[in-house]
Amino acid sequence: MRVLTTNNLGVSFGGNTVLKDINIHIDKGEILSIVGPNGSGKSTLLRTLIGAVVPTLGSVKIASKQIIGYVPQRLNIDETMPMTVHRFLSLPKRQKQQDIDAALQHAGLSDLGRQQLSTLSGGQFQRVLLARALIEKPDLLLLDEATQGLDHSGSADFYRQIERVRQELNCAIMLISHELHTVMRTSDRVICLNRSICCEGAPDIVSVAPEYRLLFGLDDDQMFANYSHHDPATSQQESFV
Amino acid sequence: MLDDFILRAALAGLGVAIAAAPLGCFIVWRRMAFFGDATAHAAILGVALSLTFYIPIFVGVLVVSLLMGITVATMSERGYAMDTLLGVLSHSSLAFGLVAVSFLSGVRIDLMAYLFGDILAVGKMDLGVIWGGAALVLMLIGWRWSALLMSTVNAELACASGISPKREKIILTLSLAIVVAVAIKVVGVLLIAAMLIIPAAAARPFSRTPEIMAIIAAIIGCGGSLAGLKVSFVMDTPTGPTIVCIVALLFGISAFVQYIFRSKPVNI
Repeated sequence: MRVLTTNNLGVSFGGNTVLKDINIHIDKGEILSIVGPNGSGKSTLLRTLIGAVVPTLGSVKIASKQIIGYVPQRLNIDETMPMTVHRFLSLPKRQKQQDIDAALQHAGLSDLGRQQLSTLSGGQFQRVLLARALIEKPDLLLLDEATQGLDHSGSADFYRQIERVRQELNCAIMLISHELHTVMRTSDRVICLNRSICCEGAPDIVSVAPEYRLLFGLDDDQMFANYSHHDPATSQQESFV
Repeated sequence: MLDDFILRAALAGLGVAIAAAPLGCFIVWRRMAFFGDATAHAAILGVALSLTFYIPIFVGVLVVSLLMGITVATMSERGYAMDTLLGVLSHSSLAFGLVAVSFLSGVRIDLMAYLFGDILAVGKMDLGVIWGGAALVLMLIGWRWSALLMSTVNAELACASGISPKREKIILTLSLAIVVAVAIKVVGVLLIAAMLIIPAAAARPFSRTPEIMAIIAAIIGCGGSLAGLKVSFVMDTPTGPTIVCIVALLFGISAFVQYIFRSKPVNI
């Protein structure tokens, strides 16, 4: 079942085009990864899909009555706001005690329920965010570099959990990641983004696509060295150096 | 029963303290303290306009405070730096208000009563307005509580849950305008922000969840109002400022207790 479709989606901020001609779709039970260099519009794309950014062009269609789970790249809880892990999992909808306990146990955080969010480590916080996104049993799960701040084994655990979530909930999962090797191993489909879609398809197709290899400079050092920005703003700065 | 002016004053103080507590928490969490100040300062312009056009003070203040809130919100989206914008709007609206009041030569008005409040002169009608406004604010915030909290924690998480952070911001702006309009009689435009922020700030160290913080803030605000009234009666000091002094002392005690018992300070 198709969960989400975009139609010629375009986003610009103050005349600066961030995303252009984005046509993507995702089905239930599918893991779709979005890769791209910094500033390629990955996070903006996710923020547009959840409705936090209003598209300049085109539209986002989400099948009706779909619950969306979202894990942002960063989240700062203002220290002026007292918030326990337990209370956070009940936001915005109050959850049953047993669901919260189960979610905490699932995330390996059983004994942290009464702790303040501000006292958690980066990795713990990331797992709390995922637990919160999962507690409502989403139909569509959007993850923005969710393994940021996790070490190697933490990241591996994370992807195992994603795989389990897909099997248990049969939800559509769209994730942004920098870890190309892990992405290629865990996804069903990969989209390579650089303001517009460069190439897309199954991991084994994308990983040999010339656009993808060029974008990440994967083929040889020569190609990486030759890649330069022709941006007037930065070249002017360079001339001062 | 309401014939005793001290009783009316006490009830007025309690009404404002209870409505200001949950709203004050949001103002602290969202770092909107100066926004509260600006909205309150605009109220003096509302007073002048009300007296000019013979409309109830409550209505005039509500409208001008609301306009101020909307102006700040719109201009900040256009990319003005928030603190500069608030500095400009807050003090210029106060100045324009004071100048506008000076034009009202026909009416003899006691400016001090609007700047610092005149809680002892609260009549039965005023009491009705204060409690009506307070009940309205409590209902608004109670109704939107979860959505307000979610958009305060993170706007994007709120969007993903189908909550519009913009709409919740309007609810807060409206609540703030109502609180300013009812509190003007109790503490006056210059001290309203104090009644919003200080109880919430004093409640923070003793709170584990947002709900507990709002309740403790209400208790501190109510206690401060009653104690301030008593002290001002005994020592013959201006009542509004005395209430704020007491609440400020409670904040001092809270900060001290926090310093003694906790190693890690909370940045308020």
